[in-house]
Amino acid sequence: MIPVFFVYFSVVSILAGILTVALRNPVHCGLALLALLLHVAGLFVLLNAEFLFAVQVIVYAGAILVLYLFVLMLLNLKSDERYLHTKYAVMLFAGVAICGELVLLVLRSPFGGTKGDAPAPAVLQDGNSYAVGIKMFSEYLLPFEIVGVFLLGAIIGAIVLAKTPTAADVEQE
Amino acid sequence: MVPLSAYVAVSAILFATGLIGVLIRRNFIIVLMAVEIMLNAANINLVAFSYYLESMAGQIVALFVIAIAAGEAAVGLAIIIVVFRGKISTNVDEMNLLKW
Repeated sequence: MIPVFFVYFSVVSILAGILTVALRNPVHCGLALLALLLHVAGLFVLLNAEFLFAVQVIVYAGAILVLYLFVLMLLNLKSDERYLHTKYAVMLFAGVAICGELVLLVLRSPFGGTKGDAPAPAVLQDGNSYAVGIKMFSEYLLPFEIVGVFLLGAIIGAIVLAKTPTAADVEQE
Repeated sequence: MVPLSAYVAVSAILFATGLIGVLIRRNFIIVLMAVEIMLNAANINLVAFSYYLESMAGQIVALFVIAIAAGEAAVGLAIIIVVFRGKISTNVDEMNLLKW
């Protein structure tokens, strides 16, 4: 059963990715990106990462994508006559070549390595969220705090950048 | 049982799709969306390796990647709004103020 779901999720996510890049109307691109994000979340479930699945749906599909659609509708863009770059044929060729090389390399290389300390049965006993939480707030506490500071900086930066200049600001300049 | 290389191949294809999108599209917002596709491809890779190598580290890093993606989207879209206010265009070809 798992291979069937894997094929479904991966095929749909690749198709949605191609549509995101290829569609003309920006809002349609956003909706294709939504399909991609939800199917990638499905892949996470197949990999026993339920917590990441929830975060993907809530944060990516629920927050980031809504932000994109909000800005798209705020700017009210018309779909352009010419929506691709002028030299798109060269770039498309380069991209497809890189894609082929990547897949060839991936399919030929033997993946392996030392196993970590979280075998699937032990994780399933207490649940994936428990395992992620324990690891996050012990070994990865400092990176977690740094991400918090980073997000604060991003919020302040976004507000300062997008703020409408007031009369006083214009006078100063 | 799905082999690890299948997940990595899907991730490679998605990454290349995002890369092509960054290269060929002219709309700045679509370029940012293509960057999100690339970040998602990296996330699939991280989680797949985390599962097959029985380590939690990949999932934690994937969470950090999602947080960074949120910050990138917020700041990137703010920059788009500022540029749009000045030039009434979100075309990447016309954004050349920083070009020497």
